[in-house]
This record gives sequence, structure tokens and C-alpha cells, in this order.
Amino acid sequence: MATGDDAARGTAVLAIGSSDDVVRVRQEVRSRAVAAGLGIVDQTKIVTAASELARNTLIHGGGGTVRVESVSQGVRRGVRLTFEDHGPGIPDINQALKDGFTTGGGLGLGLGGSKRLSNEFEIDSAPGRGTRVTIARWK
Amino acid sequence: MAQNGSGGLAQTVAEHQDEILSEWLALQVSGGALQSGRIKEAELRTQCRTFLDLLRDGLEQGGTDPEAPAFGRAKEVLAEVSRSRGMQGFTPTETAAFVFSLKRPMFNALNRTIEAAAGEGGGAVRAASAATARDTWDVTLLLDQLGLHAMEVFMKAREDIIARQGREISELSTPVVKLWDGVLALPLIGTLDSERTQVVMESLLQTIVDQSAEIAIIDITGVPTVDTLTAQHLLKTVAAARLMGADCIVSGIRPQIAQTMVHLGVELDVTSKATLADAFRVALTRIGRAVVKAPRAEAAAPVAARRR
Amino acid sequence: MDRIPILKLGDALLVTIQVDMHDRLAAALEEDLTERIAATGAKGVLIDISSLGIVDSFIGRMLDTVAAVSRMLGADTVVVGMRPAVAITLVELGLELKGVRTALNVERGMALIGRWLEDGDGDERDGPAAGDANDGDGG
Repeated sequence: MATGDDAARGTAVLAIGSSDDVVRVRQEVRSRAVAAGLGIVDQTKIVTAASELARNTLIHGGGGTVRVESVSQGVRRGVRLTFEDHGPGIPDINQALKDGFTTGGGLGLGLGGSKRLSNEFEIDSAPGRGTRVTIARWK
Repeated sequence: MAQNGSGGLAQTVAEHQDEILSEWLALQVSGGALQSGRIKEAELRTQCRTFLDLLRDGLEQGGTDPEAPAFGRAKEVLAEVSRSRGMQGFTPTETAAFVFSLKRPMFNALNRTIEAAAGEGGGAVRAASAATARDTWDVTLLLDQLGLHAMEVFMKAREDIIARQGREISELSTPVVKLWDGVLALPLIGTLDSERTQVVMESLLQTIVDQSAEIAIIDITGVPTVDTLTAQHLLKTVAAARLMGADCIVSGIRPQIAQTMVHLGVELDVTSKATLADAFRVALTRIGRAVVKAPRAEAAAPVAARRR
Repeated sequence: MDRIPILKLGDALLVTIQVDMHDRLAAALEEDLTERIAATGAKGVLIDISSLGIVDSFIGRMLDTVAAVSRMLGADTVVVGMRPAVAITLVELGLELKGVRTALNVERGMALIGRWLEDGDGDERDGPAAGDANDGDGG
């Protein structure tokens, strides 16, 4: 059973509007991951995934927000991140998840890579409707 | 909640507490609670008395809702009891019996209130039996919920033990040894699943940093099979080591495994040697050392390495 | 805007990345390094990333590009001090930086560059760490 305490101090919403914000997202996610008791490798994975997705939100989504939550499920604790933008959306999600697919001049590892770095990955997007990506990493 | 039922229940428990306690204890003892010798009667008695006191307090203040704050202390004690049962190796049935064997003494106590009312004539009996029926149901629900709570805590205690043992086994089974200044070996034994491989990877890479080792030999002589996933894990370890500035050599790939891997289409794009000894020789050469026969060597040819 | 300092040590350039880099800073470093290699005729570039808590695809690509550009300009790049968790994450992300040479620490990295300078040509080694073979006692 999750305690009310955990749920109360669990959530923060950060704006993503510049590359400085991407750095702030990384720092927030790092401190949450440390608080959740994630090991150094798990911390690094979720922070790296956060960096990729925050940059996607910035570049492809034209800016947006990320909700950072400290979560617990039975004995497990973790961090869940929800990135949201109101940009052009992704027409073909399967294609976007493939390594090497890029429209932003990057390496195209952002989406697929952050999926591999997470324990949970969910994406919801359609042209004109923006994009929402949720990832989580558990201890 | 000033519900009649719970008010009556609390009163019933308070009035018959001594009988309930002794009946409850007797039931547990006759059910074999002490047989294993893992718990003494005095300890069991203390646990029962404490829990019953707190349950009565809960009924007085919180009605029959086990989620009410009034039951907080009772649940804590119950959790403590269940957790220690879990640690001591009790079975789930033995643990659940602690709560569930309380039902009969509670029902008996409720019946006694009807019997007491019987002396007072028709109207009192009807009122008492209606109240008792309701109380019986409430007690059943309450104890069932507390029983589930006890089980949840019990299972968590067991899971914690299993998780801890799993970690200990992983750590024990991945010794990184130093063969020479700057040369490490990781002799792997047993099946490599992804969790274990992660532990292996991390401990190898950390040791590379700690000892500034340029070369790590991963010996898989003791690994029975190498499937695609295991091969991928190996390759990832090698790639990560390279990113850090160290080289890996894989040794001990048995012929059948090599064959299987080729059939699977898995190519280990790394230096690999048949034996740990071969890999060690390569490693020494790479760090500028050579193995030569010492002049006074006997037939067994002791190995001496000396600087070039 | 902040710049990451580039030190010149003999024929080599030394960069120590000590901050959580945002993307513009990484892009600026790429440009600055290119200019300095051309201006100084440096034969080796050493980038120390031991302070970096993560390397995401953007920073990874920057390292790759610096290595490729410097090679064209006649200098070899060695990246040193990558942390284990960062290396594991980078591999999981799908970035292996095959074109970048690596060493465990600054000392080893400088020794590697020293050997390239002795050999006179930097392009004919077969393995990334092969040039490290003779760096004395090391430990």
C-alpha cells in the first residue's frame, strides 16, 4: 500500500522551453532517482532517457512540459516521467521508434533509445494532436 | 462511528476478554502453533493479549472498518507478528491461523450475550439475536480483512528474503580477480540471465576503474550454454569496457557453443581465445610483458613473466 | 555565453568537461575545438569526461564528430574517463562511438597521444587501445 506521504511529495511539473530547461529536467530526474533508491546505473539510464525525451519535446514538439513523479508499487520504488507537447505529432510511431529514424538532424536514437533505457514506455501521438510519452524506471 | 453493532462488539469483547484470550490461545496450541518450537507459549500469549487489547480499542473508537485510523496500532502489531513469522519460516497457514483462529472465541462470546439476554424475556432476546447476527457478520469481515493484511506482510517479508538472497548469490558468483597489474579476469560459472549479467557487467566495469586495468578477460568455460541474449550481454559488456578505455578478451568458448553461435548468426566481434591461459598470454603481450622459460626450469616449465 | 576552456599542452589539446552541458555548450565546444586544431596544428586531442554523469545522444554525437573532424585535420582524439554507468547506458542507447579512441584516465590518454606523436602517423593502428601497449608501468 502506497503511503499518502509518498504521493504528496511525489510530483513536479517542469516546463521545457530551452536547452537550459533540458539540463534542469536532468537534474530533477537525477535527484528523484537518488531519492527512490535507484542504483547508479539505473539512475544514469533514466536521466539519459529524460535528456533524450526532453530534447525531443523541445525540438520536435516546439516545447512542452514534463511531469516527474516519485512512484511506489508494493516494495518497489521508482520514477515516472510524462513528457507532453502540442507540436505536430508523430504520423508513424513504429517508424519513429526505429533506430536511425530522424527528422531533427540527430542520430535518431531518441525514442527507441529511451525505450530501451526504461522499464515502462508508452507513447500517444497523432498528427496535429501533439505527443505524450510516459516512461518509468523501477528499483 | 457510534454504530450500535460495534459499540456492542467492543462491549462484548471487553466483558469476555479473558475467556476470549484463553480460548484463542488454546485453539492455537491445539492447532499446533507451538509444535515447531519456533515460538514459546509465553511469547504467543503476549502477542495474543497485545493484539486483543488493541483490537478492542479499535472496535471502541473505529467501528468495524479495518482501514479506520483506530485500527492502526492493531495492524502494526499484526504486521510485526506476521513479519517475524515470515522470517522464522512459518508457513502461510500457520501465520494466517493467528487471526483466523480468533473467530470462534469471538462468536462464542457473542452467543453468551444472547444467552444472558434469554433470562430477560422475549423482547430482549429478539433484540440481542438481531444485534448478534449483525455483529457476527461484522467480526467475520473485520477478521478476514486483518487476515489478508497479515498475509500481505508475511509475503513481503518472504519476498525481501528471496530478493536479498538473490543479490547475495549474484555477488558471490561474480568474482573479478586480478591476474597481473592491469589485467583482470572474470571467470563466469553457470547460466547468465539478464539480471545476473547486469551485476556481472557492473562489477567488472567498476573493477576496471578501481584498478585501472587495461585488459579484462571474460572466461565462459563454466557457462553451459550461450544463447543470443547472453551473447548480446557479453557484447554489450565488451562495448562498454571499450568506451571506458579497456579491452576485453573472451576465453573458454567451447566448440559446440561456437558452432551454435555461428548457426544462430551471432558473431562475437571481439578477440576470443580457446582457454584462459591463451587469453592471459595475449593480455601480457598487449601490456608489453612476455612469458619466457626460466633457465633452471624443470619439466613442468614454471611460468615466469619478466619485463621486456 | 559560457565556453569550455581548451588547454594546449605541447602538440596536444586538452579539454576537461566539468559541467552538466546543455546542447549549445556542446555545439560551441565542437566549433572551438575545430578552430583550435586548425590554428595550432595540434596532433592530438584529449577530452576528459570523467565528471560527466551522463552522455546522451547529443553529447555522444558531438564526441563522434570531433573525432572525425580532427582526424581530417590530422589530429587524433582520445576520450578518457568515461564512468561505468555512463558506458553501460551509452551502449544500451545504441551509441558505441566506434570512431572514437578511449583511455581509462588522463594519464593513459596522454601516454597514448605521446605514442602517436612518436610514431609520426596516427592512422595505422588496428585497435583503439593497441597504441597503449607500451605506456610503461601505468599502475
